Amino acid sequence: MIVGERKPAAEILEMTKGYGKIYVAGCGTCVTVCLAGGEKEVGVLATFLKIAAKKEGRKIKVVEGTVERQCEREWVAEMKKHVKEADAVVSMACGIGVQVVAEMYPQQPVLPALNTTLMGWPAKHAVWLENCRACGDCILHLTGGICPVSRCAKQMMNGPCGGSHDGKCEVDQGTDCAWALIYERLKATNRLDWMSKIQPPRDWDLAGSGGPRKTVKEEEVIDEGR
Amino acid sequence: MSYPPNARVIRLPCSGKIEILYLLRAIEDGADGVMVMGCLDGDCHFMNGNFRAKKRVAATKRLLEAAGVEPGRVEMYNLSSAQASKFAEMIADMTDKVRKLGPSPLRKGATE
Repeated sequence: MIVGERKPAAEILEMTKGYGKIYVAGCGTCVTVCLAGGEKEVGVLATFLKIAAKKEGRKIKVVEGTVERQCEREWVAEMKKHVKEADAVVSMACGIGVQVVAEMYPQQPVLPALNTTLMGWPAKHAVWLENCRACGDCILHLTGGICPVSRCAKQMMNGPCGGSHDGKCEVDQGTDCAWALIYERLKATNRLDWMSKIQPPRDWDLAGSGGPRKTVKEEEVIDEGR
Repeated sequence: MSYPPNARVIRLPCSGKIEILYLLRAIEDGADGVMVMGCLDGDCHFMNGNFRAKKRVAATKRLLEAAGVEPGRVEMYNLSSAQASKFAEMIADMTDKVRKLGPSPLRKGATE
């Protein structure tokens, strides 16, 4: 899922100063599950903004709301009344949600309350690991189901490097070396000979180096003109 | 046994049930202080509820600080359910701390 974390409260406070009516909009999907921008977090942020305003003697009105998904127009349309009545929208969605809201209500300032951090696996409660970086050319079938693009600091295609030590990465001793994991996995599944197959250089355009990416499922596109 | 009458007790099934929002709402509504009382470290019936509470109290303090409100208005205390006199002492201690901070600056609020 998409994982985010709330920006420092002081930063959000700074960007909302000057607005009298604020609509704090949560998203009920990914950021709810990652405890960053769901109904509960909307309540915390809204209350924080009210406390800060009260303390400073500023008069503000804060309205809370959470839609199912801020990345889809149909759900964002449900916010219309609150958005129109507000001076600014504080979106607690990921960067995609913030942009959909901003595009649908271009006359309203839409402020991001989260930093979208990664696409993550909830390894344990409240801990998410970036096990996929959406590189656009999956090679998990060659690496025992362990991704060197997201889990190797050097994104090596033919690892491990000389910095792999006791199964840990030299960049961070708390991080497993992806290639050590790949080695163990291939060994366990009797495919160790795969380690010596040389992988050619990747096409990093697919990972985003070639500019903004777009995915189209041609046969499902609805052409309004026909 | 008696304790300062200005404390109002709200029961929770476990201190781990405390939410940052509960603490913030109390402050927003003008409470001078909020104390969270959990079981002794390591003695939680639900394994780690009091440790969770402690982290949430710390997170609430950070938010209050960012909002310009004294973080000392929210505190965590640990005691066992058999320590009645300790309970009274802790409430007296918190009352004392809050009295030193003065009345909540949010009492006369202007938000809706």
